[in-house]
Amino acid sequence: MDAATPIATTAAPARISRVRSGRRIADRTLILASTLATLIGIVVLGSILFMLVVEGIRGFSPMLFTEPTPGPGSEGGGIANAILGSLVLTFLGILVATPVGVMAGTFLAEYGRNSKLADLIRFLNDILLSAPSILIGLFVYTLMVRPMGSYSGWAGAVALAIIATPVIVRTTEDMLRLVPSTLREAGAALGAPPSIVIKSITWRGASAGIVTGIILALARIAGETAPLLFTALNNNSWFRADLMGGIPNLPVMIYQFALSPYPNWQQLAWAGALLITITILALSVVARFVIKTERSR
Amino acid sequence: MAALTDQIALTRDRAAARKKPGGLGDSLFRAASYGSALLVLFVLAGILASIAYGGWPAFKEFGFGFITSSAWNIGQEQYGAFVAIVGTLASAFLALLIGVPLSLGIAVYLTQLCPGWARKPVSMTIELLASVPSIIYGMWGLFVFAPLFARFVQVPVSNVVEGMPIVGTLFYARVPSGVGILTAGIILAIMIVPFVASITRDMLDQIPTVLRESAYGIGCTTWEVVRHVLVPQASVSIIGAIMLGLGRALGETMAVTFVIGNANRLSGSVFDPGSTIASRIANEFNEADGLQLNSLMALGCILFVITFFVLVIARLLTRRAKVA
Repeated sequence: MDAATPIATTAAPARISRVRSGRRIADRTLILASTLATLIGIVVLGSILFMLVVEGIRGFSPMLFTEPTPGPGSEGGGIANAILGSLVLTFLGILVATPVGVMAGTFLAEYGRNSKLADLIRFLNDILLSAPSILIGLFVYTLMVRPMGSYSGWAGAVALAIIATPVIVRTTEDMLRLVPSTLREAGAALGAPPSIVIKSITWRGASAGIVTGIILALARIAGETAPLLFTALNNNSWFRADLMGGIPNLPVMIYQFALSPYPNWQQLAWAGALLITITILALSVVARFVIKTERSR
Repeated sequence: MAALTDQIALTRDRAAARKKPGGLGDSLFRAASYGSALLVLFVLAGILASIAYGGWPAFKEFGFGFITSSAWNIGQEQYGAFVAIVGTLASAFLALLIGVPLSLGIAVYLTQLCPGWARKPVSMTIELLASVPSIIYGMWGLFVFAPLFARFVQVPVSNVVEGMPIVGTLFYARVPSGVGILTAGIILAIMIVPFVASITRDMLDQIPTVLRESAYGIGCTTWEVVRHVLVPQASVSIIGAIMLGLGRALGETMAVTFVIGNANRLSGSVFDPGSTIASRIANEFNEADGLQLNSLMALGCILFVITFFVLVIARLLTRRAKVA
């Protein structure tokens, strides 16, 4: 730090001594530690995917998609009933959550805007977004399973819908707010009532974003296990068309089979885990890609 | 001329219509929008009401002792929440202890150190950690992480600390199986990293570049820029992000159920199995009835209250975080 030293002649040693060693160590430590933290994150994701592929791929066979889950200890079988059950539950959940979520998001972005009620609902929605999913399972158990006297696909679908709704509310509101107000004003100036302005101007402008929200919600509920434990449960055969009784589904099947003592069941659990993870990761990649292009527009 | 009178009549009709634009359809649409928003409110209230209603008999039977008792005896119908509450808090605390430095490191790396071309893919990878279903974390924790953890951490550490005061209790594994409170804490830490890291990253990104550049301009090192410029600017939001992570960690169910060992035992060691509120509910609820069911509901009620307050604080501290 000698100010009198001519810079040109002692450039190299000056560069080393310009920063006190304590500062340098702190700096290097930070750089090293944060790079390491990032590496840990990447390695964990890689390790999870590697585990799933290595263990899951062996279980893949045509039978996986055509046969129902086998009984305890028996050979063969597939997970076709669980796949179908999961599709039905997720689809029903989204079917309920989409209109409610989009309409509630519309209220927050259009009708409510900065009213006290909108603020409160926005606040509670954010809490519901992170609420423990097992509590939603308990809620739906008390609300539907108890009174109906049986586990059912309907209860499972409602539980999933409750988890999906806040995601859709949130993305819908965010995306509607990106639509410039001048467009709404132009619509209103033409004499269009608010509902028409919303339906044919703001919704249309934000449609890609709203669809993304629905995909995100889909990705969120497709792997949810905890809320299904007490609502849809699981079942080792095909399910009834009226969706009463236990409905086989991938997450609970994976949970029960992975912890079972039977190698065949464990193998099926791995195959199911690979299938569900790939699906969910693909859904989130697509959703993120769309949402980013939407935001940057 | 007839055409003109028709037109005038038409404009009159329109003028009348303009007073009540859209008519019935418009009010219906508005009502539907209003109703859906209110539904969100009622669902949250309904969750609390139903769980409190289900747990009431247990609270009435055991009184305040339900929270302080560590009994969980199905045969004698004695239930207490203490072990599960301690397990929940301990695993969540360990998750923060490990997860927060990791998340902050990742956020700093992404905003300060990462070369431009790698930023998007690395961000995406970290965010994808949030999409992995919790049951997959459970399987990874139990089948991949736990055996490695037992072999390379639990056994050597136990051998070293055996007999020492305090650390000898805290880090001694009677049965080094790899599962336990600390394993649950580590898995939870990984699960909260994407949330905390991405919020922190966004907050750091929002700090005006001028501030950062001025700090570098007067000769600050990266550490000094982060410590004295960026962190003070974003500290409130970072604490909010951490609380959000805590909320997630407290209520996480499936991953914890796989790796915590599910024992109703209070132990001084972080290597020993325990249980959390969520894992106990997941394990016992389907076989429970009577007072046990009520006690599980009461546990859920306690979990609801704890997470609700944590999430409220989180929400107050962060400006709204993104979903994706």
